[in-house]
Amino acid sequence: MGYTITEKILMTHTDLKEIQTGQLINARVDIALGNDITAPIAIKEFRKAGGKKIFDQNKVVLVLDHFTPNKDINSAMQCKFVREFALEQKVTHFYEGGNVGIEHALLPEQGIVLPGDLVIGADSHTCTYGGLGAFATGVGSTDLAAAMLTSELWFKVPQSMKFIISGNLQKWVCGKDLILYIISRIGVDGALYKAMEFTGETISKLPMADRLSMANMVIEAGAKNGIFPPDAITKEYVEKKAKRKYTFYSSDADAVYSDVIEIDGSKIEPQVAFPHLPSNVRGVSAAGNVKIDQSLIGSCTNGRIEDLRIAAQILRGKKAAAEVRLIVVPATPAIYKQALQEGLLEIFMDSGAIISPPSCGACLGGHMGILAAGERAIATTNRNFVGRMGHPQSEVYLASPAVAAASAILGRIASPAELA
Amino acid sequence: MIYKGRVWKFRDNIDTDAIIPARYLNTSDPKELAAHCMEDSDPQFVNKIKTGDIILGGENFGCGSSREHAPIAIKEAGISCVIAKSFARIFYRNAFNMGLPIFESAELWAAIKEGEEITVDSSAGTITTTTEGRTFRINPIPPFMEQLIADGGLMKHIAKKW
Ligand code: SF4
Repeated sequence: MGYTITEKILMTHTDLKEIQTGQLINARVDIALGNDITAPIAIKEFRKAGGKKIFDQNKVVLVLDHFTPNKDINSAMQCKFVREFALEQKVTHFYEGGNVGIEHALLPEQGIVLPGDLVIGADSHTCTYGGLGAFATGVGSTDLAAAMLTSELWFKVPQSMKFIISGNLQKWVCGKDLILYIISRIGVDGALYKAMEFTGETISKLPMADRLSMANMVIEAGAKNGIFPPDAITKEYVEKKAKRKYTFYSSDADAVYSDVIEIDGSKIEPQVAFPHLPSNVRGVSAAGNVKIDQSLIGSCTNGRIEDLRIAAQILRGKKAAAEVRLIVVPATPAIYKQALQEGLLEIFMDSGAIISPPSCGACLGGHMGILAAGERAIATTNRNFVGRMGHPQSEVYLASPAVAAASAILGRIASPAELA
Repeated sequence: MIYKGRVWKFRDNIDTDAIIPARYLNTSDPKELAAHCMEDSDPQFVNKIKTGDIILGGENFGCGSSREHAPIAIKEAGISCVIAKSFARIFYRNAFNMGLPIFESAELWAAIKEGEEITVDSSAGTITTTTEGRTFRINPIPPFMEQLIADGGLMKHIAKKW
């Protein structure tokens, strides 16, 4: 009996000769990630357990991206606490200030995570790196503490679901629309405890930015990880960034899946997730007249240069509606600079956008873009739970950069096709 | 272990923002977090509960972010254990890793009313209502997880062999 790519990566990080789904294993981690919210608890737990030295200064990554630039005294104290630990432990990959970006955009971009890696992060969207063909999963702070101390962590080998996507995508349809569509089909617990593996002719042509954006949202279906078998597109993406060896794994032909779901990608139009669940999805043509107060283009889901290019293409020469606050958040400093050099920031400014420094801020209702009671936002982020971006009586609608840009111009949820 | 308390019922898909909103995550102080436990689902929750009370969720309890602040807030608020039809996987890990007892029961949610008092006997694998003595089964916990709870969480478990 063959193995899935997820099983293979897990197994090669143990000394076991075979593994089975459902088995509890201890596996070595290649990268362990924490941020300004989750690292403080992990560091305290690490110390409480008598930890003196982290297992490898090159493998623990600390990114202070959630409430930075520090929004208040408490946030500043949390960041200071993590910074002191990072300096003391000589953590190579420590990000704060001018080098900080949103963690899940930053790590692939900087070549810190690579195909075949086993990555854990005390942040649920750690699953993003599945786009590269890595096993990556979100864990808690105590898990991070354990990994920092011992280099290992316990895992249950998940069952895998296979998604086979075919057909050419329609204009303006991107990875975000595919994953929203999939979540709406299987539900927010449709992949609970499972791996979601994406294959098919549409996937084999899908750019890396879209793969990362899809893998980012598998947690919204309850999955443990999402994974894209690495290929030529992966190779092109990682080749120049990698400073260490990496491995391309693939699933065996006789690997076992709990479900196989086939999807005709050519039938999907741009999607919008209505409040308050990522599975509450409609095609944009069925959105109706939903007025918006804010449009947020950014986050670890859709704040990459490719996303900003699409938004700029739609916003060029046009203005955001007077009653809409348009906020654009380049996800990393490199993306910010690239957008500057390509003239995208000028397009955004001319359209009336606020350009934020790379930060999680608005995405989690942290700061720099909080919603008041009764306000509605369209956002290229990944969660639309009650109170996610501010007041418990505010609403978040999830969509692609194309839809968020078009909606900003028209002041209501809209398809970019309406602007043609 | 025995856990006895009144039951507070919540809907399906209670996410970690509903357990502890992100706006309070600029601290990891358990007391401050506990003061806002379940605030966006029920603003009066922390004033209504007594120590030992039990949270009863539906499907996929604890979905969303990885914040351990969620089980910390629940534990520190005085909740003795959480029962749900099913748990989101990071919340499930976190609960065991930090020693918050959680149990899965498919039937309990539909069968009892909010405010009813129940007793959970984790070794017998049963939940019993105090007034009518009705009994429900809980899904057995894998031996490894039992060990984690018995050791007082993941770090203490590791410390034993590290
Ligand atoms: S951008 Fe949003 S979803 Fe992504 S890591 Fe930051 S807060 Fe989390």
